[in-house]
Amino acid sequence: MAIELKMPALSPTMEEGTLAKWLKQEGDAIEIGDIIAEIETDKATMEFEAVDEGTLGKIMVAEGTEGVKVGEVIAMLAGEGEDASDIEAPSPDDTKVEDKPGEGKDVGQDDADGSITPEKPKSEPKSDPEIPAGTNMLTISVREALRDGMAEEMRRDERVFVMGEEVAEYQGAYKVTQGLLDEFGPKRVIDTPITEYGFAGIGTGAAMGGLRPIVEFMTFNFAMQAIDHIINSAAKTNYMSGGQMRCPVVFRGPNGAASRVGAQHSQNYGPWYASVPGLIVIAPYDSSDAKGLMKAAIRSEDPVVFLENELVYGRSFELPQLDDHVLPIGKARIVREGSDVTIVSYSIGVGFSLEAAEKLAEEGIEAEVIDLRTLRPLDKQTILDSLAKTNRLVIAEEGWPTCSIASEVTAICMEEGFDHLDAPVLRVCNEDVPLPYAANLEKLALIDAPRIVEAAKKVCYRD
Amino acid sequence: MMRGNSTLAKAPRKAKTSAPAAQANSETEDFALRSLQQELEKQKRFAASDEQMLHFYEQMLLIRRFEERAGQLYGLGLIGGFCHLYIGQEAVAIGLQSALDNDRDSVITGYRDHGHMLAYGIDPKVIMAELTGRQAGISKGKGGSMHMFSTEHKFYGGHGIVGAQVALGGGLALAHQYNEDGGLCLAYFGDGAANQGQVYETMNMASLWNLPIVFVVENNQYAMGTAVKRSSAETEFYRRGTAFRIPGMDVNGMDVLEVRQAAEIAFKHVRDGNGPVLMECNTYRYRGHSMSDPAKYRTREEVQDYRDHKDPIEAIKKLLIEQGKSEDELKTIDKDIRKIVSEAADFAENSPEPDPAELYTDVLVEEY
Repeated sequence: MAIELKMPALSPTMEEGTLAKWLKQEGDAIEIGDIIAEIETDKATMEFEAVDEGTLGKIMVAEGTEGVKVGEVIAMLAGEGEDASDIEAPSPDDTKVEDKPGEGKDVGQDDADGSITPEKPKSEPKSDPEIPAGTNMLTISVREALRDGMAEEMRRDERVFVMGEEVAEYQGAYKVTQGLLDEFGPKRVIDTPITEYGFAGIGTGAAMGGLRPIVEFMTFNFAMQAIDHIINSAAKTNYMSGGQMRCPVVFRGPNGAASRVGAQHSQNYGPWYASVPGLIVIAPYDSSDAKGLMKAAIRSEDPVVFLENELVYGRSFELPQLDDHVLPIGKARIVREGSDVTIVSYSIGVGFSLEAAEKLAEEGIEAEVIDLRTLRPLDKQTILDSLAKTNRLVIAEEGWPTCSIASEVTAICMEEGFDHLDAPVLRVCNEDVPLPYAANLEKLALIDAPRIVEAAKKVCYRD
Repeated sequence: MMRGNSTLAKAPRKAKTSAPAAQANSETEDFALRSLQQELEKQKRFAASDEQMLHFYEQMLLIRRFEERAGQLYGLGLIGGFCHLYIGQEAVAIGLQSALDNDRDSVITGYRDHGHMLAYGIDPKVIMAELTGRQAGISKGKGGSMHMFSTEHKFYGGHGIVGAQVALGGGLALAHQYNEDGGLCLAYFGDGAANQGQVYETMNMASLWNLPIVFVVENNQYAMGTAVKRSSAETEFYRRGTAFRIPGMDVNGMDVLEVRQAAEIAFKHVRDGNGPVLMECNTYRYRGHSMSDPAKYRTREEVQDYRDHKDPIEAIKKLLIEQGKSEDELKTIDKDIRKIVSEAADFAENSPEPDPAELYTDVLVEEY
């Protein structure tokens, strides 16, 4: 059967081109791989190569013709046993490629047919499991809570292991992995060289291969060297594979400003990772959440970015003494109830917010403080419910203001809580500068309780 | 210790002793790094049975015809975006993957991945349907040419970021070692990816931890439009493992029998617990880097020379004829393969696009 040779698309964006030159003439024998013609696109001159063998029949578009549409028949090719001169050219009506919506070359550019089914409704929001009455409460540091969470999961599941710089023999740069090497041995507590991109990739690949890696970054500042694997390899592969490729990895480490370590070592990556579909992002504040969410993160089938805070590691909080303390991912927690203004925060910001709430209470303002705990997926409902109650909202975030979690929460309040707002939502964030070293400048750049108090009073019109 | 380096094939770690000892050590070291190549030199080509040879021919021809058709469908606008064809490189995937133990071993590669999937015997229909972005595609149409996977076959992609698959492959190898499943990971990358830093970060850890991995550089001579000589200070890529004490192999990637022989040697070395191998397969891509490549960086004569004198499929065809296969028999094979490819193309063209609801599926595994 005769084959129609059609004007090829030689680039993703090409719609038409110039047929610059015929290198074969009517009646010429064509072998696979022969260059038949030269075609000029908007970018370059390209060779048009034969993918079938036969004899070149009628040439339908003369050389030098400009504006030849992609898909237009430019020549006929006679197959084996056919006479090239007998081949009928197709009628001009057939030469255009019909661009039916939902099909063919413009797929994705036309309106897709059919309406888009919205995301299926989520199951009822989960809440923290009840702590049975009479449960013994321990006072424990966040550092120990994190370690205990990891150790418990390592005991429970042989596939769980920890890798990172100084996690084993040194016992952790910030001592979060202290004691793990002794209990689990070098197979499951692996010291890596200083090679973030490499070991983040190895951790991600190990998760794809069926293990449950916990990849520690000494701080998240160094994870910028590895961010390609966190986003392109870990977050996207399940989607790109149509749900075949699992990647249950936890990337964890301290995040945000520490103390006097300068700009390169002081940054909050919460907003960066929280903007990426396919990732879970957790940023706990106290010991109970650190342990309960660490255990949930390790058990999750999805890749998790777990953001800790160096300044909080040493703080001690109450932790219920339970056999299996696992908390739900994606659920915020009201850490202080109040009726006059809502303060939304996460990580170290929760401490400042609680401090601010005490000061506000002295002035007769009852603040409700929400700890987001999970930054993605964000628990919108808890924020909106609180806003409906207080009608005023402030977000306190230890991080830059631009494109922040604070910006995101503000947008949610505008889009879904506008009718409940009695005042503009205010962001209390770090100053929009790289973090300086000098003690006085550093203090000026970072959020603190007085700034939150000021903002809360402003939205309550109590200046 | 799990991750010790007590293997015999490796040279001792510390060479700073007295002069004669240092010399002896250096010789041992050289031998260790060259031993696999020397073994290959002893017998370069795999002694394939008639049946194996015929199978290599069929598989390579399937890749060739599949890719030609993919190029055609791209020209018709049925395939969009990037589409990197494997034409010319067929012997590499077939030679290596025919030597794998598919119950245990894993494979990972970059974006020029159609051939590696076909080498597994994965249905050409679901691959072609992925290229056209249809629901029936192996990634439900959500991955495209560069992002295809088959966990069932332990094929882990199909990765679009140059070099990323090497570190991920290191992780797959770590999983083999951790699970003590006896498997190895075959991690392919190109001469372009060979200049990415993470490749060497991975080699360092793979050697340090004795991971069961075979690094394969598919050197097709051009990283997009940049010739190897213009991008690489050391153009003999198989030597690049020496800094990490990884033995190298220099293999003619246009000869499926040589690739297969090299695979036998490399896989045995790794399975015996000796840690990683770096294999360079010298090959050639006949087509452009992707589809919109005018290929002005090389001459038409250079391409033609490969097609005429070094083509991996023609070479095997010649051997088969010498062994008594008739032209007719081979023509029948060719015809059958054309039919398979045509059916795959028809399927890919006529399958429905993904349901709009698929937009939201597979972002996360769990509900939160």
